[in-house]
Amino acid sequence: MALATETPTNLSPQKGTGIIGVHGVTKRFPGVIAVNNVSLSIHPGEVHVLLGENGAGKSTLVGMLAGLQEPDEGYLTLEGQKTRLASPSASLDAGISTVFQHSMLVPTLTVFENLTLGAPWYERPPRAAITQRMEELKRDFALSLPLDAITGELSLGQQQQIEIARALLRDSKVLILDEATSMLTPQGAEELGARMQKLVQGGLAVIFITHKLAEAYRFGTRISVLKQGALAGEMGPEDLRGMSEDQAVDEIVRLMFGREAGAASAELRASTARAETVLKVTDLSTRGDSNVMGLQNISLDLKAGEILGVAGIDGNGQKQLAEALAGQRALAGGRVEIDGEDISLASVAQRRRKGLRYLTDDRLSEGSVGAFPISENTVLKDIGQPPFWTNGIERPHRIAQHARDLIAKFSVRTPSETTPIGRLSGGNIQKVLLGRELSGDARVVVFNKPTYGLDLQNIDTSRQRIAEIASRGLGVVLISTDLDELMALSDRIAVMEGGRVRGILRNDGSGEVLRLRIGRMMAGEEEQKQATA
Amino acid sequence: MTMKNKTNPGSVDQGASAADAAGPATERSALQRFLTVTIGPIVAAFLLSAIILMLVGINPLTYYGYILERSLFSGLGLEQTATRMAPLLFLCASLIIAFRAGIWNLGTDGQFLLGAVVAAATAPLLVGVLPGWAVLLVGFSLAAIVGAVWSIIPALLKAYQGVNEIITTLMMSFLGVLLASTLVKLVFRDPATTVPQTRTLPVADRLPRLFDTTISSGLIWGLVAVLLVHLMMTRTSFGLRLRMVGANPAAATHAGLSVPLLTLATFGLSAGFAGLSGASEILGVAGNVRANWNPAYGLMVIPLVFLARFHGVGAIVLVFFYSALLIGSESAARRLGVPQDFTLVLVASLLICLGLGEYIDHHKRKKER
Repeated sequence: MALATETPTNLSPQKGTGIIGVHGVTKRFPGVIAVNNVSLSIHPGEVHVLLGENGAGKSTLVGMLAGLQEPDEGYLTLEGQKTRLASPSASLDAGISTVFQHSMLVPTLTVFENLTLGAPWYERPPRAAITQRMEELKRDFALSLPLDAITGELSLGQQQQIEIARALLRDSKVLILDEATSMLTPQGAEELGARMQKLVQGGLAVIFITHKLAEAYRFGTRISVLKQGALAGEMGPEDLRGMSEDQAVDEIVRLMFGREAGAASAELRASTARAETVLKVTDLSTRGDSNVMGLQNISLDLKAGEILGVAGIDGNGQKQLAEALAGQRALAGGRVEIDGEDISLASVAQRRRKGLRYLTDDRLSEGSVGAFPISENTVLKDIGQPPFWTNGIERPHRIAQHARDLIAKFSVRTPSETTPIGRLSGGNIQKVLLGRELSGDARVVVFNKPTYGLDLQNIDTSRQRIAEIASRGLGVVLISTDLDELMALSDRIAVMEGGRVRGILRNDGSGEVLRLRIGRMMAGEEEQKQATA
Repeated sequence: MTMKNKTNPGSVDQGASAADAAGPATERSALQRFLTVTIGPIVAAFLLSAIILMLVGINPLTYYGYILERSLFSGLGLEQTATRMAPLLFLCASLIIAFRAGIWNLGTDGQFLLGAVVAAATAPLLVGVLPGWAVLLVGFSLAAIVGAVWSIIPALLKAYQGVNEIITTLMMSFLGVLLASTLVKLVFRDPATTVPQTRTLPVADRLPRLFDTTISSGLIWGLVAVLLVHLMMTRTSFGLRLRMVGANPAAATHAGLSVPLLTLATFGLSAGFAGLSGASEILGVAGNVRANWNPAYGLMVIPLVFLARFHGVGAIVLVFFYSALLIGSESAARRLGVPQDFTLVLVASLLICLGLGEYIDHHKRKKER
């Protein structure tokens, strides 16, 4: 193969124009700006790391490079030429291959068949040529693949190797690896890192997407940090060479979690915590599997009137914690107590009657039934309970009255209570669900990302409401991925990473210091630092 | 909208109730919609069939005239139409429960036949032992139980393993139909006859007829069943629980409902009503089950229930017209020398046109949003 024979020396990255240029690209989806005026340049011979939290815009950016989406504003260049990647095949023709987070292989076909997929239908797959090139790949990049094995029977690491091999067989110039280490063992990740180094030495440009900071430093030649769709900062090879891993991680944490200059610092809420403990969680664990993260030994306690924030990068067990508290997820161990009463084995309905309420983050597919009218949605958690049902017979007038009261009290904007809830905006659905959770005698409310996807005004209203709920003496568990929100509202902040609570910090108003400390813990770096310190 | 794409019968209901609740301000007038989804397709279907009739050299007006005359305008025909409705109504009840709860019970034919065979096997033996009403009660109860039992395997697989019930209920239906036929031939065979069939329940011991007509009182029970089921699904907490599981299982879990148990209940009730349907045909009309008898009412009723949008009253109206069509076209075909199967042509074009009407309506509504 042509690329492998070139020597690294004649591939010194030129300044300015890379092989791919991203120029002021913006991409909007309904209600969100996924990518906001991002410019990047990708150079051959470099591992370019795109780093950012979930929702920072990494995947959208990858989607545009892979030809799945087109930018709304801005443009892409290929070797200095303005270009349009209107389809995945256009992207492939341009020499860009993408290895997506989830395998794009056909599990029932053999490795060889998967490698030759997408070739013109009238050609016989050139078996001899491919075998020979696979030998070269094996020598150059340590890609060893049994050509006749059934793909689905191979390990995830090997499947990823197939995708990389497929990209190399196409003589790609750019290889995009989207969250490539998330499915791999630590050892597999190391191997991938070494392989990426070999690939870029062969003259390829590699774009490596991750949210793990240490990997970014160890594998990357250049790091770009994305935050809420915008480019928060970039660290070139020169910068990185001069830093130790610790310094680099500090700098990345600052870029990822630091407050942007100019943003007003939110006022810290005055604590309304009282003496009595309303919720006590001891050594809570749940079982995980390949799709769902398990929780390990989580201990928390919550006072009446207190807001306990739960920080963490999305998908580090926050949802599972909320479900375990609400009774939707079975415990593998540990205890949950409300007002001193053990409710570890209680059902969802029993916990609700004890005053434990859970406002899900998934408003549409879990919190509500879109086609049902608002009125029914307000009582979905009380089906069969008086006064809305007597002896199992529905009392539509009482339900309608209840719904009208709720609509008025929480200023839900809707034509009437008979409107299907699915027609409302996210903010109004959120108000209905909040009203549902607060009806009756609530003691503890678990909020899971309560302001996610809302517009600014609704975010403000929701935050005020949460503060108000706490000041009424209810305990609040506030799960959020928005550090500003947590730091504005919480009395204490528990940081979750990898299904564990990494630490619980008092929100002492120390602002930036606390923010960076939380950021490090969210990224799973804090423990290492403490160990070395 | 993602819910529209789910292969979930509940999703149709969602579209329907969404439309109902929106009010006339945002939608086309109710009359226009009624024309698109009901009158228009029916007229189109009769025109389509008329063209086919003319092509084979039959005057369509004569044919349609005979249908009306036989099924609705003659006393005997009307009575036959009404009698034919009974088992179809029980099946409607069965399917309304299942579809509203998001379960595709396509195994009603097997459940129907096993219910029928059990009723036919027990009722004649009990005559004289028990009073007449008790014979019927036992027959109906056993049929319901056997129907429900036949759904246990798909129910457990669906509730606890998530196995697609479309496939399992259909497979169990084939087995059920064959088992019913085997039982008639080997176990419950009437030794007094040469043709394999069960013992016959004497006419006097069958469901009483209404007044001075030949209409079986199974009709009344069928109407009661459909209306009760309709009220249960729309007016009770149990019905709302079932509908919630059908509309959004994740939300049901979130609200603390036991999705597996409610799924089992749906299967049991739906299959039980299918069994009752079999019993109503035997204990009301036929009196016995002949080997290899399979009217396949279950699959016939599915489109009707869908077109009625799982609404009990709508289903009753459609079942009435459908029965009339079945009774009338049989006779019309005989008198005009058209093959008997032309009924199916008429029914098929009716269903296709009604389906097209729904499609057009759906698109128009989408545009308006």
